[in-house]
Amino acid sequence: MSKIIIDKDRCKGCGLCIEVCPKKVLFFDNDMVNVLGYHPVAAKEGCIACGFCATVCPDVVFTIYREEKGGK
Amino acid sequence: MEKVLMKGNEALAEAAIRAGCKCFFGYPITPQSELPAYLAREMPKRGGVFLQAESEVAAINMVYGAAGAGVRVMTSSSSPGISLKQEGISYLCGAELPCVIVNIMRGGPGLGDIQPAQSDYFQATRGGGHGDYRTIVLAPSSVQELVDLVYDAFDLADMYRNPVLILGDGILGQMMEPVVFKERPARQLPPKDWATTGKMGRQKPNVINSLYLDPVKLEEHNLKLFKKYQEIEAKEARYEILNGDDAEYFVIAYGICARIAHAAVEMAREEGIKVGLIRPITLWPYPKKAFEEVLPKAKAFLTVELSLGQMVEDVKLSVEGRAPVYFYGRTGGMVPTAEEIFEEIKKMRGLS
Amino acid sequence: MKVVFERPKSLQATKTHYCPGCGHGVIHRLVAEVMDELGIQDKTIGVAPVGCAVLAYNYFDCDMQQAAHGRAPAVATGIKRALPDRVVFTYQGDGDLAAIGTAEIVHAAARGENITVIFVNNAIYGMTGGQMAPTTLVGQKTETSPYGRDPQIAGYPIRVCEMLATLDGPSFLARAELTDVKNINKTKSYIKKAFEMQLSGKGFSLVEILSPCPTNWGMKPKDAVDWVKNEMVKVFPPGVFKEPKEG
Repeated sequence: MSKIIIDKDRCKGCGLCIEVCPKKVLFFDNDMVNVLGYHPVAAKEGCIACGFCATVCPDVVFTIYREEKGGK
Repeated sequence: MEKVLMKGNEALAEAAIRAGCKCFFGYPITPQSELPAYLAREMPKRGGVFLQAESEVAAINMVYGAAGAGVRVMTSSSSPGISLKQEGISYLCGAELPCVIVNIMRGGPGLGDIQPAQSDYFQATRGGGHGDYRTIVLAPSSVQELVDLVYDAFDLADMYRNPVLILGDGILGQMMEPVVFKERPARQLPPKDWATTGKMGRQKPNVINSLYLDPVKLEEHNLKLFKKYQEIEAKEARYEILNGDDAEYFVIAYGICARIAHAAVEMAREEGIKVGLIRPITLWPYPKKAFEEVLPKAKAFLTVELSLGQMVEDVKLSVEGRAPVYFYGRTGGMVPTAEEIFEEIKKMRGLS
Repeated sequence: MKVVFERPKSLQATKTHYCPGCGHGVIHRLVAEVMDELGIQDKTIGVAPVGCAVLAYNYFDCDMQQAAHGRAPAVATGIKRALPDRVVFTYQGDGDLAAIGTAEIVHAAARGENITVIFVNNAIYGMTGGQMAPTTLVGQKTETSPYGRDPQIAGYPIRVCEMLATLDGPSFLARAELTDVKNINKTKSYIKKAFEMQLSGKGFSLVEILSPCPTNWGMKPKDAVDWVKNEMVKVFPPGVFKEPKEG
């Protein structure tokens, strides 16, 4: 299990994370406009916590957790 | 207290070390070369930093960095080099950083010559670079005073978080006079809790900055600086009046010019002309009070400068039209003799 | 749950003013991550430039000085000489470092000044609205080279790493590209190495980072990244240009 937290109000909608995601779980949430005036990124099920999105993101939008083996 | 015979430039350097100057950054230029040479020899032996920069521009920005890091720091140069430092001086004033800047003035404009001059008066007293700011300007007229004012310069810089200029000239820098380095009691100075030393456990980062993108904030900042300048004007103006008690005429001169003018005043006295000398020690703030003191009895004023008339504007602003103000100046490194000034004193008396 | 990624503590929570897809945000984060990993946040003083990164002092959570245009290496020199046991870095763009500040960077490098320089090369002036930079490519269109940079008029781009590599002063010089996960990680490893050089007293270190400027290049963020990968690296080859010999 992994967990991806998206701070939507930081997102500027550049989409670099969407391009880099190997599982294609990221997409623009076109139903929402954030405080900066962008459609922010959102995540579907299926994140593997590879951290690629966070690596390319210029705006520190993501916080990512992964369940440790044997952990809860 | 032991008297030692020293060149002005070297005495200044020694006084700076004794005043706690930890870093010196400079770039070679005549006629102040003995000053950095002295510090290059002494600083490494006495726990300080001497660094020859690649330009005056770099040197003043090294001063900015070290001042921001909270240490006492100095740079020195001569007129063309001081012009190059103006960008940095504006930033130092904007960011409220204390430092001491020495200008051993030479003739201009442009490359000019290497002879003594006082033609950087406007530049020194009106800010010099861009923006609405002032630097404190000290103008010694002997090697001893030069030494004494160096201690004051560092204290004033720290008290007000503002650059202090020491304005000398080629003669003062080059001449040898006996000096005493007096032990001085340490002054109570504000802590440098604003310095960027690394957070070192502090909660919030310290930032040294002169950028205020919001015009409301920038005006607030400028008004705060202005208030500080008003306080300096009220408290720190200094001057000396010689032969003033019964004087009807006054010569105004600073720095090396004041010494020559004083000789001329003595000559005039011998001929029975009641003339005194006003010698501003701070050029900014300008000692207007000296004029208030003598105006009730003054018939006329004569300003003498190594320029074609710069300080004379401050004299006129101080006299406010209540008496005639005459001017005599030599330029390009030509220094007037006492006889020349004596002739001007006689002319002043004849005219008024 | 194990944290795979979170904001480094040397980076403030403040939102940046940078445009969407701009490389500055990533580079800020990498520098902050390195500060965290080396445990130097509390003894680091950063120097912000003039240009897009002028507000870096609002983003890093360490003491900062803001320097006049191009003068960051001189300011950093003043700080480092006054406080030699602290860590000092400058963060500069191509106009700041390779045009108006050329003298300062060359001489800080020649002195082997024990500071770390983060040099962001995006081949254009961003803050002033997209003018030609000293690193603008031949043929590249900008506000002040509207027909493309013509060497007959405006000369050629400056390769800072190669130029500084001729000097004896620098300990570590490297160029990285902000193009994909692998290269962003490589960029971070260079930044870390550069700070380690300073910590071990080896002298001047600089990392040049080829970074996208979608807004002033008039491109979408992804296209800007591709332009770095396909065009910039041809003129500015990534790699290590100087490092201490082993042993």
